[in-house]
Amino acid sequence: MSNELLNELTFFVLSIFVGIEVISKVPTILHTPLMSGTNAIHGIILVGAIVIAAGASSPVNIILGLVAVTLATTNVVGGFVVTDRMLEMFKGRSAQRPSTPTKESTPTK
Amino acid sequence: MNTLIELAYLVAAVCFILGLKQLSSPKGARNGNFIAAVGMVIALLATLPLLHFTTAGVIIIAIGVVIGAAIGSVGARMVKMTAIPQMVALFNGVGGGAAALVAVAELLSFGRHPAFAEAFPSVFSIVIGSISFAGSMVAFAKLQELMTGTPITYPGQQIVNGILAAAIFGFVIAVLAVASIPFSFISLMVLALVLGVAFVLPIGGADMPVVISLLNAFTGLAVAASGFTLNNFALIVAGTLVGASGSLLTKLMSDAMGRSLGNVLFGAFGQTRAGAAAVAGKEGRSVRSGTAEDIGTLLAYSQRVIIVPGYGLAVAQAQHAARELAEVLEKRGVEVTYAIHPVAGRMPGHMNVLLAEANVPYEQLKEMDEVNDEFKNADVALIVGANDVVNPSARNAPGSPIYGMPILNADQAKNIIFMKRSMRPGFAGIDNDLMYDPKTLMFFGDAKDSLTKLVNAVKAA
Repeated sequence: MSNELLNELTFFVLSIFVGIEVISKVPTILHTPLMSGTNAIHGIILVGAIVIAAGASSPVNIILGLVAVTLATTNVVGGFVVTDRMLEMFKGRSAQRPSTPTKESTPTK
Repeated sequence: MNTLIELAYLVAAVCFILGLKQLSSPKGARNGNFIAAVGMVIALLATLPLLHFTTAGVIIIAIGVVIGAAIGSVGARMVKMTAIPQMVALFNGVGGGAAALVAVAELLSFGRHPAFAEAFPSVFSIVIGSISFAGSMVAFAKLQELMTGTPITYPGQQIVNGILAAAIFGFVIAVLAVASIPFSFISLMVLALVLGVAFVLPIGGADMPVVISLLNAFTGLAVAASGFTLNNFALIVAGTLVGASGSLLTKLMSDAMGRSLGNVLFGAFGQTRAGAAAVAGKEGRSVRSGTAEDIGTLLAYSQRVIIVPGYGLAVAQAQHAARELAEVLEKRGVEVTYAIHPVAGRMPGHMNVLLAEANVPYEQLKEMDEVNDEFKNADVALIVGANDVVNPSARNAPGSPIYGMPILNADQAKNIIFMKRSMRPGFAGIDNDLMYDPKTLMFFGDAKDSLTKLVNAVKAA
């Protein structure tokens, strides 16, 4: 087994533990935003898509690269924006909490 | 690889971890999302200096980024809050598709006899990425109601799916051992796409959130596998983080529904028939329905009202009307709370997001465990467009597809107002005994119109 593969496996295994540990105490109300947030993070495949697209010269590679970059960018941009939209509303609510509870104190956008 | 790039990837990985950490606490969630986005930008910028661009490469990257960014930002901005679950499914699916395509391109570049350590992760990524893509698209179609939300089953379905999986396994071995057959992975990709569709078809629309979460974890793993092929640490770490946290989240979600993951994924087999038969036996029972004036008076002279919001409220955009009704009632001294089932709406936490959007005070939102004992002291349980989450068959009908799911004890309230568009069954496709309960008054119509009528009726009472 090459040194590089060994390094990669180490990163892989440690990341599994970190991934589990880091979200183990998430309240139910945040399940949807958290899923959406992790969804945005796997948009990192855009890095991979750019790597294969950059050196493309054959028609097959050009098509593969173009489609992969388009799909991956949609994943990244859409993922982060939609998560932010969800969380924006939580912010509105907690800002409102100290003021009179039954009245509207923050306008909805 | 260049040391600076490696360091930048390390910073990006730290950003992702901190982002996830913050995303799991209500206080820092929005910040967490921002930190993760910063990590993404760092990883992307760090990658660029490493590459040797061809002219075609520059052009396709520019076109792809512009198109993708336009679709992503417009899609995410324009989508209604009620349609967010299917939007997440869509974004997840395209990520899976991208991972599969990256792996295809890499596999092609390895030539005819790639080493096992290079070929294996590519093949893995192609299979898992394709399953995630196809499965997410079916989940999207189900939630968007482009196709039926009820489970689609046929005799021998598990055998067919088993054969598909076995065929994929066979092809994986073929591609790895005899990789000199060019494009043999195309059959592999097609089979994986078919399996992705076949896997999600028998799962009911109400369970889609769990499926999307699982496919989200799949995409993470596919991305990590692509990272092994490309020898890219950023992909390995970020993909694995998503794979691991996504798997845990999937388990947490099915726990919130009181079911095992296996039951969610494979529970439809053989159960829908039993459910349908049970419904058939109950035809011809009568329901009571009330007028806006009756119900308005009942509400106005109650002491405690618990509102149970469901997806019907979300679809009708009735969250503002619900808040208005609550305010009118409170002015008359009625105590109003909202009972939020963990999977109200179509995703855990979905209803909290919607009600927060309507500026419903945080104190009035109560989670299931907190509110369930209060129903017996409530004068009215006002069910607005919810159905499965108050269906008593989850408690007392072992044949029911939702048997075992924790439900809100709305049936224990002194009066039950059931606001619904029609007598049609809920998302899980099963009848609800609560509608036939003698304490129940039905109030048919669009949730928003109905609530507005009730506001006026309460004011007049």
